[in-house]
Amino acid sequence: METIQGSEPQLPDPGKPFPVTTLGYPAEMIGPKETYERVSNQITDEPLHHPHQKAWLIGFTIAVLMLLMFGVAVGYLLFKGVGIWGINIPVAWGFAIVNFVWWIGIGHAGTFISAILLLLMQKWRTTINRFTEAMTLFAVMCAGMFPLLHLGRPWIFYFIVPYPDTMALWPQFRSPLVWDLFAVSTYFTVSLIFWYIGVMPDLATVRDKAKTKWKQILYGIGSLGWRGSAVHWKHHQSAYLLLAGLATPLVLSVHSVVSFDFSVSQLPGWHSTIFPPYFVAGAIYSGFAMVLNLIIPIRRIYGFQNLITTRTLNNMACVTLATCWMVAYGYIMEAFMAWYSGDVFDKYMMHDRMFGPYGWVFWALMTLNVLIPQLLWSRWIRTHDIALWFVALSANVGMWVERFVIVVQSLHRDFLPRSWQMYYPTIWDWMTLFGSIGLFMTLLFLFIRYIPMISITESRELIAQRKEGRL
Amino acid sequence: MNATEPIGSAPKLDLAAIRTKLNGVRGQDYWRSLEEIAETKEFRDMLHREFPAGASEWWDGLSRRNFLKMSAATMALAGLNACTKQPTREIYPYVKQPEGMVLGEPLYYATSMLLGGFATGVLAKSREGHPIKIDGNPEHPASLGGSSVWMQTSILNLYDPDRSQTVTHNGDISTWDLFLSDLNNLLAENRADRGQGMQFLTETVTSPTLAAQLNGLLKQFPAAKWRQYDPITRDNIRDGARLAFGQFVETHYEFDKASVILSLDSDFLYTHPQRLRYTRHFVDGRRISAGKKEMSRLYVVESTPTVTGTMADHRLPMESGAIENFARLLAQNIRVVPQSATVPLSPAANQFLNALVKDLRQHHSRSIVIAGEWQPPIVHALAHLLNDLLGNSGNTVFYTESAEANPVNQLQSLRELVGEMKAGQVKTLFILGGNPVYSAPADLEFGKYLANIPRSIHLGLDQDETAALCTWHIPQTHYLESWGDARAFDGTVSLMQPLIAPLYDGKAACELLGAMNHQQPIQSDYEIVRAYWQSQNPWPDFEVGWRQAIHDGFIAGTRAAAIQTRVKEGFDDLAQKPSRPGELEICFRPDPSLWDGQFANNGWLQECPKPANKLTWDNAVLISPSLAERLKLSVNDVVDVGFQGRTVRGPVWVMPGQAPNSITLHLGYGRTRVGRIGADVGFNAYQIRTSKFLWFGSGATIVATGKSHLLVATQTHFQLESPERQIYRSTSLAEFRAHSDTIQKSVEAPETAETLYYPAEYPYQGYKWGMSIDLTACVGCNACLVACEVENNIPVVGKEQVHKAREMHWLRVDTYYKGPLDNPQFNHAPVPCMQCEHAPCELVCPVEATVHDSEGLNAQIYQRCVGTRFCSNNCPYKVRRFNFLQYTDYHTPNFKPMNNPEVTVRWRGVMEKCTYCVQRIASARITAEKENRRIREGEVRTACQQACPAQAIVFGDLNTAGSKVAELKGQSLDYSMLGELNTRPRTTYLAKVTNPNLEIATQD
Repeated sequence: METIQGSEPQLPDPGKPFPVTTLGYPAEMIGPKETYERVSNQITDEPLHHPHQKAWLIGFTIAVLMLLMFGVAVGYLLFKGVGIWGINIPVAWGFAIVNFVWWIGIGHAGTFISAILLLLMQKWRTTINRFTEAMTLFAVMCAGMFPLLHLGRPWIFYFIVPYPDTMALWPQFRSPLVWDLFAVSTYFTVSLIFWYIGVMPDLATVRDKAKTKWKQILYGIGSLGWRGSAVHWKHHQSAYLLLAGLATPLVLSVHSVVSFDFSVSQLPGWHSTIFPPYFVAGAIYSGFAMVLNLIIPIRRIYGFQNLITTRTLNNMACVTLATCWMVAYGYIMEAFMAWYSGDVFDKYMMHDRMFGPYGWVFWALMTLNVLIPQLLWSRWIRTHDIALWFVALSANVGMWVERFVIVVQSLHRDFLPRSWQMYYPTIWDWMTLFGSIGLFMTLLFLFIRYIPMISITESRELIAQRKEGRL
Repeated sequence: MNATEPIGSAPKLDLAAIRTKLNGVRGQDYWRSLEEIAETKEFRDMLHREFPAGASEWWDGLSRRNFLKMSAATMALAGLNACTKQPTREIYPYVKQPEGMVLGEPLYYATSMLLGGFATGVLAKSREGHPIKIDGNPEHPASLGGSSVWMQTSILNLYDPDRSQTVTHNGDISTWDLFLSDLNNLLAENRADRGQGMQFLTETVTSPTLAAQLNGLLKQFPAAKWRQYDPITRDNIRDGARLAFGQFVETHYEFDKASVILSLDSDFLYTHPQRLRYTRHFVDGRRISAGKKEMSRLYVVESTPTVTGTMADHRLPMESGAIENFARLLAQNIRVVPQSATVPLSPAANQFLNALVKDLRQHHSRSIVIAGEWQPPIVHALAHLLNDLLGNSGNTVFYTESAEANPVNQLQSLRELVGEMKAGQVKTLFILGGNPVYSAPADLEFGKYLANIPRSIHLGLDQDETAALCTWHIPQTHYLESWGDARAFDGTVSLMQPLIAPLYDGKAACELLGAMNHQQPIQSDYEIVRAYWQSQNPWPDFEVGWRQAIHDGFIAGTRAAAIQTRVKEGFDDLAQKPSRPGELEICFRPDPSLWDGQFANNGWLQECPKPANKLTWDNAVLISPSLAERLKLSVNDVVDVGFQGRTVRGPVWVMPGQAPNSITLHLGYGRTRVGRIGADVGFNAYQIRTSKFLWFGSGATIVATGKSHLLVATQTHFQLESPERQIYRSTSLAEFRAHSDTIQKSVEAPETAETLYYPAEYPYQGYKWGMSIDLTACVGCNACLVACEVENNIPVVGKEQVHKAREMHWLRVDTYYKGPLDNPQFNHAPVPCMQCEHAPCELVCPVEATVHDSEGLNAQIYQRCVGTRFCSNNCPYKVRRFNFLQYTDYHTPNFKPMNNPEVTVRWRGVMEKCTYCVQRIASARITAEKENRRIREGEVRTACQQACPAQAIVFGDLNTAGSKVAELKGQSLDYSMLGELNTRPRTTYLAKVTNPNLEIATQD
């Protein structure tokens, strides 16, 4: 067998369809027969010729239908008010905030993969970073809508923005919701620029390969006059690295700020110092799970097994497992601190969380988020894409459920038993949730149809590095 | 041309159809506009169908205008435009400003509200000619300044768009003049046979004018008869007094002077005509302070938890039918006579009885025994006897003549009437107020016989069930629209004066009777009442006295004369009804919100949580937890309740503290002809209430139907979950005497000196507003809750929204149960906004819509609020209310003049909350600043404080030396709810002090 794994010695394993390292892990980062041309052609084929039209159309239709449902749900929401949802007093935050935190968490994997793993020189990230960055953008777009939609009067959302108004009134900077505004908008801006800088040379490649006039013009505009000169490359690389440096703290800060929405308050179940790291770990966890959920079918349908190799899947599964344990640690500490503090309200909150009316949700969360992902200890699961897909789905649903538990369960029984009430989501809550998934999927389908979904330049870099024996 | 002519030809169908359509609408829909209903397709289709001629005219160019006019007129008939129509003669510009009126300043008038026939003096607040708020008249003996829920919400009855608006004759729209001509014919006929077959049916009458008019008519028509019936009749009290004293004397109690009080099924704090006065006095006898460490002890024996029962130190749940036995045993024990004709009590009840006997003996002449309206005459007689034996008569219990003009046994009166109706002897029946078709005992079949009477005339506020069966219906004026008089329970003559011209051409009862007295021209209510009092000569200078009386709202010195009377011995020999143990007992009680059903269309009352179980928008079959277990029933299960061969279907509510073998049904629900609010709400318990068992009877059956009906309560958790939650703090008198600091020491208070900030605290050098709520005093009557709603324009949200926990009550009354499920102790706590100095809500609002002001108010700025609801999440007291939908009705014209113009009407998507009635502070500040002084103590009173009959709520400036609120906060009973969160609430509580009898308590 041809050795492609320069630095890592390999053992032949006849039982495996892929080469493995001494430790038995999949070895390949890129298919053995890939050349510059093959990679360029394979990736640019999708935006230019779209060989998988039928599968795409089916998926896109479903996504657009869900998006239409979102339109209906939002339209009715704006017409009637947030009362169409199941929220009440005391559970004044419901699905909207759950969805917000969930989506923004999902976004984190993209930035983690493109920025932190870039700085850590993890080369296996190369073939998935474009896709995950796009996922980040779309997830943040979905997330960003919810804080606006959940407002009682969304048409005056700009009151939260610091702008010089005639009343000389500023937002209240002590409120975490204002921090949220800055965190999320910064995050979106940086992610967008980072992604765009990355995609620019590839748009130029598509432009160069395009045969029709309109494609040439549109991709030409998109590539901003990229000529591939050495100076371009030099600037591009430093800009990319700088943005990666800029995006890195955001991975940690954005979800920390989101967690402040809860931990700054004094509600039992929210008021906790463990929230920032625990939220960040949870975000990366759900983000990786979402990447796996998206990339596994695409890899199969579009035949990208040569670029997104089993090794990549394996590595992502390992990160998922690691973050799963960080999250599990958070759960354990929450329970421990509730007991250790001796605080009557905290203790009751934890008891109610496990054995109260929403107890089944908590145990579902533990199963989905902690128990099932333990399957990732098995190498077979990690390298078997369908099995991996289901485990990732479990984590994804589990993380949504976790946010539900944090938001709803903590609110539904706080200090005064008189105020205790249940929260039941309405059809509009569900329509908004699945509608937002529709929006996400629609954007994603447009992305894979019109933008090179795997970085051409960086894949070619991998080939170059392999040739140089640096891989 | 007269556009209404073609409509006049077929108005019946039209109105009926609209009314049916409107009847189908209820709850939240009530607050939508009538226009909206009018714009529906069905409505437009209906218009076309009703006027085929008009519809065809549409295509005729020349008469299209006629059609449009007709459509508009139809709308008017449907009540669309008529709502705020003022009588033309009243509308003048202010060429000369009315005396005392400054635009933008409220005016207050003293008038009186009637309930059950007895007057309570009120002060009505009027803004620019429309009344907006009712409060108690502090000078009036029946109010002493406090309010009941019915007084507070009566403003909504005035503006109710579903009130009866026109005279109807056989269901057709008619006029007062047509009625008068018919009345003249009728009187002429009757004059021939001296009024043979002419009858008057009234509710309890205390009005001297009305009584004089009726008696005058009875003189004119000697064969005519005057009947009285009130569904919440006090027959048992009247008969009990006759039994004990040989004559009907009214009994008055002085609860502030009593040390031991025993209530035998009496809800004297809530259903008694003197409820407000008694609440004040009862609470005065229990209030604890540093200087006063004595309080009365209340024993209550009752079948279903009432307001009075929730205040008991010792409450014994007992079937209403068994209370007679208990009373006999008690009388025998006090007298030390061998026990006979009685059934032995259960060990627990026996222990209760023994301790009670001892206690009553120890407090000779300082105790009170009071029996409830529902108890048979013998129990009342026994109570009178006990008061006599215990030396209470003349000390804590007094007797006077009745305030009623003609105290009769009302059930007997109605029975005779129905008997004559049945025999066809009634030719003409005048029903002056009341709704007997709905509320008369079911076995009398009043409605059936009413329909056969040739002429029946109904005067009422609503086009109700009775109006539908009468030949004539005359809309009655609301008490805020008319002149009148009535006596308070103690006999004081109370005057009524209008604050607004009748909205719908209504007539007062005295006007109708006046018209019959053949006085031409027809006299107005004002002339009639004034003429009556002029004839009575109560003052040396009538004009001066009359003006003073109208100003005061009552005629001073008209209290009923005291009577010295002794209990006649020997009544006790009456044979006791055989009690049949094991049978299920059924009890009927007036509803804590809707009373007898007359308030069914009042949204504020429908949504007012009932004191003991917080149920809204429904009545229920209240059953005890043990019965529920036995019958395997649970909340919301629909059951058929059978009694005396009749059944009614209703949902079950498991009521802790209910007597084990007793079920309670509240009257007043299940109205069939009522406005949009009251339609299809609850079930009609009158259907199985027969004349033999007006209040209770045994032999009821319960059959589960397998169906379910959702009952909605504003509070679903009544247990405090863990005793460590020191939310509701209470102590016993003995404990308080021994260790007065237990309350404040029960939870570790946060250290105030340790802070990162400098200076640590804002100094609050100007005013520093604060509130103190006395939990010992709060009886849980909800007056504060509804007063807050009226003052602050709080919308009604409907059953569905309450079910979703979105009720808008800024101030709520929490109730926590303590102790065993079968007989818990009830603890009420009114919870307004705490106005925390360290308000958790403020720092999380991203737009500064909730901020702290320099006087310590936690202000809410509606215009700035974007509705993130973070403030509510972070509020540990959950006192913030959110407009999840458009709750406020902007469109119905009637509700516009009802709103308090000083309070912003909130729209969808904003948070709202208690503001300590900041509008009242602001107006007091304006007055004070004009006079260049500080706001005086007592000058600002919040709406809840003003309404509270128990004076449990005290508000004021903590910086004013010697202010009441500062003094109360200095007491050792003072504590902050959830103070351990370091929120530093400005609203603090005085812990509840109970006075348990150690002989019973130690056995628990």
